[in-house]
Amino acid sequence: MGKPLNRSKLAHSANTAIQSVGALLIALILGAVILLLTGANPLGAYGAILKGSVGSVSAFINTLVQTTPLMFTGLSYLFAAKAGLVNLGMEGQMLCGAMGAAVAGAWNLGLPKFIHLPLAILVGVLAGGLYGLIAGLLKAKFGANEYIVTLMLNYVATLLMSYLANGPLRPEGEINVATAPVLETAQFTKLVKNRGLTAALFIAVTLSVLVHFFLDRTKPGYEIRAVGRGRLASETAGINIARTTMLTMFISGGLAAMAGVSMVLGVNGRYIEGFSPGYGFNGIAVSSLASGNPLMVGVSALIFGALRAGAMVLNMTQRIRPEFADMIQALVVIFVAMPALFQVVKTRAKKPETEPAKAAEKKEAN
Amino acid sequence: MCQYDIEMTHITKQYPLVLAVDDVSFRVRRGEVHALVGENGAGKTTLMKILYGMTSKNGGEIAIGGKPVNFKKPGDAIAAGIGMVHQHFQLTPVLTVAENVVVGEERQSWWNFNRKKAIDAVDEIIREYGFKIDAGRRVGDLSVGEQQRVEIIKALYRGAQILILDEPTAVLTPQEVDELFKVIDRMRSLGKTVVIITHKLKEAMAISDSASVMRDGKMVKAGVPIAQCSTDLLAKWMVGRDIELDSTRRAQQFGETVLEVKGLCCRDRHGPVLKDINLRIRAGEILGIAGVEGNGQTELIEALTGLRTPESGQVLLRGEPLTGGPLQFLQKGVGHVPEDRLARGLIKDLNIRENLILGYQWSDRFAGRFFLKMNDITAFSRKVIDEYRIKAPSEKALISALSGGNQQKVIIGRVFEENPQVIIVAQPTRGVDIGAMEYIHEVLLNLRDAGAAILLISADLDEVRRLSDTLAVLYEGEIVTETPADTLSEQEIGMYMLSGKMDGEEVLADGKTA
Repeated sequence: MGKPLNRSKLAHSANTAIQSVGALLIALILGAVILLLTGANPLGAYGAILKGSVGSVSAFINTLVQTTPLMFTGLSYLFAAKAGLVNLGMEGQMLCGAMGAAVAGAWNLGLPKFIHLPLAILVGVLAGGLYGLIAGLLKAKFGANEYIVTLMLNYVATLLMSYLANGPLRPEGEINVATAPVLETAQFTKLVKNRGLTAALFIAVTLSVLVHFFLDRTKPGYEIRAVGRGRLASETAGINIARTTMLTMFISGGLAAMAGVSMVLGVNGRYIEGFSPGYGFNGIAVSSLASGNPLMVGVSALIFGALRAGAMVLNMTQRIRPEFADMIQALVVIFVAMPALFQVVKTRAKKPETEPAKAAEKKEAN
Repeated sequence: MCQYDIEMTHITKQYPLVLAVDDVSFRVRRGEVHALVGENGAGKTTLMKILYGMTSKNGGEIAIGGKPVNFKKPGDAIAAGIGMVHQHFQLTPVLTVAENVVVGEERQSWWNFNRKKAIDAVDEIIREYGFKIDAGRRVGDLSVGEQQRVEIIKALYRGAQILILDEPTAVLTPQEVDELFKVIDRMRSLGKTVVIITHKLKEAMAISDSASVMRDGKMVKAGVPIAQCSTDLLAKWMVGRDIELDSTRRAQQFGETVLEVKGLCCRDRHGPVLKDINLRIRAGEILGIAGVEGNGQTELIEALTGLRTPESGQVLLRGEPLTGGPLQFLQKGVGHVPEDRLARGLIKDLNIRENLILGYQWSDRFAGRFFLKMNDITAFSRKVIDEYRIKAPSEKALISALSGGNQQKVIIGRVFEENPQVIIVAQPTRGVDIGAMEYIHEVLLNLRDAGAAILLISADLDEVRRLSDTLAVLYEGEIVTETPADTLSEQEIGMYMLSGKMDGEEVLADGKTA
């Protein structure tokens, strides 16, 4: 019984794509309604967002700058979700990664760029990965709920990094709450002069392909997916669930850390307190819209990146707060989380189908 | 002239993707016991749920006692004198038998509910039909068989003239089945009409007056008098081809002992669950373990597959102690067909290919140190799909899109292809259609003939009796008897399953009687 078999995979990916696009559209329409209710002009607002995100080369560069960290946190959330884990601590892991990269990047060892840059990246990734591992360890060894642990560890990281940036790591005479500048040898190559667009974008694209490949083609990737979809079956199959959980949280933390690393070694050139407008949490939205497909994270991050870049212009031209972008993002997450809504729409649309066609369908099912 | 109590004509039910009931007409005479036979998913239960007003129909007419009806909800059907006992009971464990029966009644006059009168009425039904049950007991303390009686009493109390029983014997021991059949006999003699939904053909033959057979949503044979039926005929109609279910073959000879269990004890929070289990399985032997579910089967399976560490005792594989977790057991060659297919056996959101390596993902047949050998896995998957006749469009189809029988074949293929020394097989054909059941039995027997040592744990007594070379009964965590197959009758095994002993055995043990 059940569904016809012969079109399962293709239909499945088509379905999820329709669902994601549908969620985005509904969110935008609802956003327009809310704008109307507050007396703003929705068309003007969306026009401004479009203009500010893809309206010019400069605008598009802004979009790509915003896209880069979102890709990393989107991959981070997605990776944990593959093992059935919910990583809500991406913001904290990102801050740890940023600080690690800032310290290693400012460290004057006289190293050439091809050693110093990878080293700074590595330190950042390890910092974030180990921070993620805390939650993985507590979950694996003591059954601690990772939702709560990761969420709470955000506060610990935020305050700890704030202390470091205010105190021990703040250079003397520095006005901003920030660390010492990263050396030239540890900075990402800028793709456009004097703009925040760097080679980190290529790393993000490469990583999404690698994550896809890792999950699909490697033994640990297989085990992660098995644990995520069937815990008891994985236990029965002799998969070490504790080890898989820890590995997943380490990698997820490392991916989130890359968002911070890309900001410090690329955009800002140092750790500046409050550099993140919530890239960590935005990863949830990015991952949701990509509906679990690492190869779609780039597209999804680009959409949210554009929204974010456009929203910055909104403030100036339409007197709409940039938080409007956050609202749209939240609405997308809510609608992606309602697959049943689209199921209803689909069944309604299907009704006029003829009886013989269905009978044939049923034959296939058996 | 015959009078029909139920007349369903040209009933059709369309689910979004499946035509569950396809132009079916079904008639039952007043006062007869009618078996509605068919495979899982043939549409029997859907048809009866339509009759009971639980499911809407897309087309067709229903008449009860000659009067056209159109039920919108079960309440309408109950008012028209129809009762249905579902596979999953709808009882409140903290209430007594009588309270469960009359529940709902108090709504009619909540300020003046006459408890005494209600209980008397329930007692009256219990006496009239000869139910073995005490109206004052808490339902939570009752066995599954007794709970089923409560459901039947409930239907009768609400004035059912027509009673529909959905797979009533699926959860019962042979003795409880006899008990149920006595009650059904009594109902027949009191003029009630009974419909039994079943796929157990022997039982259909034993209790009913006539039978109707459904296949793939269609009525294949309607209202055939039971005198003109046989289990072979029914099976043929059900499946659409000849089926050999009764034939079997025993092992010619046993090899050396492969798996030995010595003094195995396990306990959980509530106390001991396995008490001093001693077993040995030889090469080329199927050791079958019968027993009512919940008597330690799950714990035994877990202890023999590394999922549970025993409190004391040993499991020896060719004389070597087996220790560690599931991975160590699998690597040493203990295959496992889990009792709960979709919880422990398969991951339904992964595809066939990914499920075919589950449990053997460490094996160098499927993976190197880091990378999966995708080409080898795909080739293996195609081979298994082909050899085990798994009905699927490709190795990339999701497990959730397969039927129960094909899902089970994925597990069987995965485990058997590894050529394990020992296989722990639990409930291999639960919820599987007859065709797949016949096939899985054949594969098990072939593997045994090839020299594997097999432990079969099944709640289906017919299955255990058919396949086992040696048969043991597990009762309250103990092996209460172990004998070569065919030395005990079905009734004798049933007695062991229910009470852990044979009637009169205690007397014999005292030595007072010869």
